[in-house]
Amino acid sequence: MPQIDQIALTYGSQIFWVLLTFGFTFFVIGLGMFPKIQGTVDARDKRIADDLEAARTANVTADELEESYRVKMENDRSDAQALVEASKAKANAAAEKRKNKANADIAAKVATAEADIKARAGEALKEIETVSAEVAQDMVAKISGAKVTKAAALKEAKAALKHG
Amino acid sequence: MATEEGKIDPMHQFEVQTILDGFALGGQQIALTNSAVWMLVAVAGLWAFMLGGMKRELVPGRWQMMVEGFTGFIDNMMEANIGPAGRKYAPYVFSLFMFILFSNIFGLLPVGVLGLHPFTVTSHLTVTGVLAIMSFSIVLIVGFAKHKFHFFSLFIPDGTPLPMIPFIFIVELLSFLVRPFSLALRLFVAMTAGHILLKVLAGFVINSSNAGAGYGVLVGIPSFALMIGISALELLVAVVQAYVFALLTSLYINDAENLH
Repeated sequence: MPQIDQIALTYGSQIFWVLLTFGFTFFVIGLGMFPKIQGTVDARDKRIADDLEAARTANVTADELEESYRVKMENDRSDAQALVEASKAKANAAAEKRKNKANADIAAKVATAEADIKARAGEALKEIETVSAEVAQDMVAKISGAKVTKAAALKEAKAALKHG
Repeated sequence: MATEEGKIDPMHQFEVQTILDGFALGGQQIALTNSAVWMLVAVAGLWAFMLGGMKRELVPGRWQMMVEGFTGFIDNMMEANIGPAGRKYAPYVFSLFMFILFSNIFGLLPVGVLGLHPFTVTSHLTVTGVLAIMSFSIVLIVGFAKHKFHFFSLFIPDGTPLPMIPFIFIVELLSFLVRPFSLALRLFVAMTAGHILLKVLAGFVINSSNAGAGYGVLVGIPSFALMIGISALELLVAVVQAYVFALLTSLYINDAENLH
């Protein structure tokens, strides 16, 4: 095995070269380049974490905005509802009042008309009675020749009219 | 490949060959070897790979995504095994993981077809040993700096009955001291075994084909099919061994950082 056979002859040069090359690796690559690459990765990770955090914050803000918008919307809606209800009630009340007034007017007119009708009906009845009494007086005079007083004829006519 | 005529040596790939003589240091010749070249290639590849991830764009491209995948993987591992204190060790564990990963994978590249000789740096005990000793030293330094001599309480698990403490202490101390060896040997053996297996099978293909068309069909083709599967397995092993080395290092650092 040359590794063992040659060890006495070559160890000096092997150790020298490995120290030289590994020393270069450690000082130039390990200490020079490695931390820079590490730094790049760390900076990127930090950037990503920060961006994610910002996105999260923006999301929360958006949620809050939406919530406040929703609350405002609801308030506005209920305000409008109340306004509509109030004006409806007001309109109803006004309509009721007008209706009542109109009803009263109509009732008064109807009452007047009814009274008028009653009066006229009375008058008409009286006229009919008078006419029937005269007719009856005439008929009695013509048929029997008896004289009936106006008052008696009227009485009979009233009675007959009442029985129809 | 062939040391003698008609004989294929699967161990030849592990030989360290000198390219330039270099200089002497304390009696040792510090030469530019094929091993050194492959270490340099692995590090250059790693550097180029990392450079693609340095655009630092907010929205990463494919390459940057890939590099960030690796750094994030190590980051998560440190976070999961050590906790928030683990971040300061991440550059070390990342360097370790990527260095081993690139060495493993570059050693598997089929550059042989271009006439080059691939060499797996991590199949050498000296290399894995240095990495393991480094990890173990960090554990010791962090442990004693943070907890002083209280660090020895690591070797006494919670709720050990009093008469058992001396024995448990010795057993735990031994298992602790074995850690650098197991760390180094695991990677070295895993890489060596896989490469030997591939070379032995490749030797079957060549030798059976040389022996005749019938042998080539009977032995060569199944061996070749097996090699394809084992190459895929070796790629997996390359990743898993780098992962295991980094994972165990992070677990050992966790022992030192957060004394139970």
